[in-house]
Order: sequence, then C-alpha cells, then structure tokens
Amino acid sequence: MQWMHKDLLDIDNLTAQEIEHILQTAVPMKEVLARPIKKLPTLRGKSIALMFYESSTRTRTSFETAAKILGADITNFSVAQSSVSKGESLLDTAKTLQAMNIDLVVIRHTSSGAPEFLAEWLTAGVINGGDGQHAHPTQALLDYFTIKDHLGGFKGKKILIIGDVLHSRVARSNALGLKKLGAEVTFIGPPTLLSPEMKYLGVKISYDLDKELPGADAVMALRLQLERQQSGLVPSIREYNRLYGLTRERIEKTGKPTIVMHPGPMNRGVEIASDLADSVQSVIEEQVTNGVAVRMALIYLMIGGGTANVVD
Amino acid sequence: MMEGTPKNRIMDEDGIRRAISRISHEIVEKSKGTENLVLVGVRTRGVPLAERIQERILEFENVRLPLGLLDITLYRDDLSMIDVQPVLHETRVPFSIEGKTLILIDDVLFTGRTVRAALNALIDLGRPHKIQLAVLIDRGHRELPIRADFVGKNVPTSSRETISVCLKETDENEEVLLWEKL
Repeated sequence: MQWMHKDLLDIDNLTAQEIEHILQTAVPMKEVLARPIKKLPTLRGKSIALMFYESSTRTRTSFETAAKILGADITNFSVAQSSVSKGESLLDTAKTLQAMNIDLVVIRHTSSGAPEFLAEWLTAGVINGGDGQHAHPTQALLDYFTIKDHLGGFKGKKILIIGDVLHSRVARSNALGLKKLGAEVTFIGPPTLLSPEMKYLGVKISYDLDKELPGADAVMALRLQLERQQSGLVPSIREYNRLYGLTRERIEKTGKPTIVMHPGPMNRGVEIASDLADSVQSVIEEQVTNGVAVRMALIYLMIGGGTANVVD
Repeated sequence: MMEGTPKNRIMDEDGIRRAISRISHEIVEKSKGTENLVLVGVRTRGVPLAERIQERILEFENVRLPLGLLDITLYRDDLSMIDVQPVLHETRVPFSIEGKTLILIDDVLFTGRTVRAALNALIDLGRPHKIQLAVLIDRGHRELPIRADFVGKNVPTSSRETISVCLKETDENEEVLLWEKL
C-alpha cells in the first residue's frame, strides 16, 4: 500500500485500511525497539523539528526517540527559549522552518487548528502532536496498536472511554478511528464533562459506569484535567472518584480479562486506583513502548520513501 | 508480474531442487560440519530457499540449524528514490548471531546492494564470526565489491535482461526465467 498523505492532522483523514497499514508497519518497528542496538540508517540526513507550545513529557520524548532510532536529526524547538517568547507569530516561525529545509514538523499547540494552519504553509510534512481540545492522532494510533495486540482485532470489541471526555482530544481521536475499525465505543462520564452532542462521532453515551462495565474488552481512563476544573464542572474530586474512578473491584464486573488503558499522565487515586494501574491487567506501560513503535512507523511512512504519490 | 517477454527457462523444478541440494552439501562441507552454523534468509524469496536448505541439511546431517528471516527495507540506500514504498515486514532472528558462522541466503545476486543492506542489518544484530553468501542465481553486473560463496547457477546476462525466480511458497510455479525487458 502506498502512503498518500503529506500530513497527519487527525484520524478522520485516514481510511481503516490506512490505519491498519500504520499498525502493520509498527510491528517490525517494535522488534527494533527490543534490540540491543536500537539504531537504523533509514532516515539518515532527514531533519525533524519538534515544536511543543504546550507542556508534554511522553509525547515529545516518544517522537524524539522514534526519530533518533530511525536515524533522523532532531531540532527541539522549545517555546521558552525561542523567538515565540519574543512575540513571533506561528506563521513567521513556520517560514523560518521552511527556510531551513526541515523535512517534518511535529507540533503540539494549545489552539485547535494550529497544526492545520502550519500544514497549509509548509511543504514539509506536519504531524499533529495534540492541538487544544481537537485531536491527538498519534495517541489514538498507539492505543489501536495496543488494543489489536491484546484483543487480536477490533470487530465487535466493546471499548469504554471514561472520564473527562469534554476536554479530551484523546477521546475524540480514539473514537473516530475505533468506529472505522469496527469497534463499539462508549463514552462514559458525568453530564458536565460529556455532552450529548458527542453522539455525532457514532458512539454510545452513558453516565453510569457500573452499568456499562459488563462485557467490556478494554477500558480507557482519561486524565481528569485538574487544571481545567476551576469552573465547577465536577462537585468534588472525591465524588468523581466514587462514581467514575477505576478500581480492581470495579473492573471485575466486566467478567472478562479486560485490559486497562490510560493515555497518561495519571492522577493516581482519582480516575484510576494506584494498584489497578500497576496490576497485570494494566497495559499503560506497554502503551508508552507502542507509542514509540507507532511513531516510528508513521515517520517512516511519511518521509522514508519517495514523494511522487502524495495527494494532500 | 514481469514486463517483457520470457526468453529462456534457466531452471525447472528439478534444476532448483538439485542446486539447493548441492549448496546445502557445500555449506556443510566448507564449514566442516554444522557446529556454530546458522541460516538467515532475506525476504522475500531468500526465506523459502533458506527453509529448504535447512530441511536438506536436517535430512543428511540430522541437525536442524537455527533459521532467521531478514527484512532489509529499512537499510536500503534507494528509499528516497523509489516511488512505491516497499511494505515493511518483520525481521525475526530468534537466536544470537554472536560468534556464529552465518549463511546469508537470497534468490538472485545482481548489483550487490541488497547484500550490502543485509550485511548492515546483520551487524546491527550482533557480531558473527563469519558471514557467507548463498544465492540461487548470480547474474553479474555488480555495483559493489561483493561475491557469493555458494551459487546455484551463474547466468551471464545483458543489462536488457532480467531474471525472475518463482518458488512454490511465494509464487504459483517453480522455475527460473530469463526475460527480455520491454
């Protein structure tokens, strides 16, 4: 299969076949991660800029690790030390990168749509590393990889995404692709953090976690975005934990060897109990490993080959 | 699959079987036994060839040699020049190659660039004592200083000709054909 996209801005531009192609390409990449010498010559001489306008540990280091293993050179563009703090606009920053002949840009931004704006201006490829409350496609891809690895596939699998759906770009991107791949997705959370309009994604909406647990193949707890809870959307953290916090006792209600996922960073004792996060059912650390493999696959597909077939 | 017209059938099923049989014997003879010997096939058609060599050696030496599969895509030197990006497959070498005599197996030796990529890939997996190359067909036109240690058949070709190896495991039939390019 031929890769046809210059950019990856969200999951909705991808077909189910393209998603499967990324996941398949990530399998040999994961094998490379397990080697004693984790270094490939594949992207020697290619340059990748990481522009993180919003704080991030795992996404940035994951991209950086992926690019380095593939042999590409990394330019870390940290906002505090860059011209952005001197008031440079995103457009001027983009033009500067263009002039430096960067091959690929990974951007994280607090404003939804910033990656798309950049993609229009740059001839280089753009990967969205998370923008506002809009999308986080590489997180979604690594979640698909983890689900496929454990459940064997997606058709008819029941997947619960629990918590602060309102503020979550992870939930939105995940649901888009999981539906395409044939899974059944349910969003669960308090009504203040879960708008009925979310149904447009083709997901089921529920406010009662305990009712939805039986039969679930995978449960994904979202981080309660404590920094965004000043407006009183949740009466108290304790009440939230009582109604939507995942615990070992609660997870037994699925009646299955359900896998427990979390995109991180975790608030232990809020959306997920500490002992559950460290239990055998938890695949949270694997998600991190898979994240590197999936990002390697994506970077390889985007800038590893010829560009004659790129259509957008 | 090949554009052009087939000119000549270089090997049929029996020819391929005899060539593999002879290479298998030569490998064991040259290594003075099977100790420390491991086989690695280069995807795609090096893999069934390696499996057949493993089977043959099992038959006459009663030893099943370790067998690995190598995908060299990530080590190619022409990735940014080719338009159709090859599908990536898994490299599976489930044993240590450290200090081993490693027999690298492929179907056709041509420019030598695939072998160069395979050597780089192998060296990233460890440091074998020795790497030797076995190919079914050597068609000449080397672009790198590489030669094969075991050859099924030397086929002098012109640059207007190509060779296709068909094996039952990967193709419908079992033969080696010489083609005239369009």
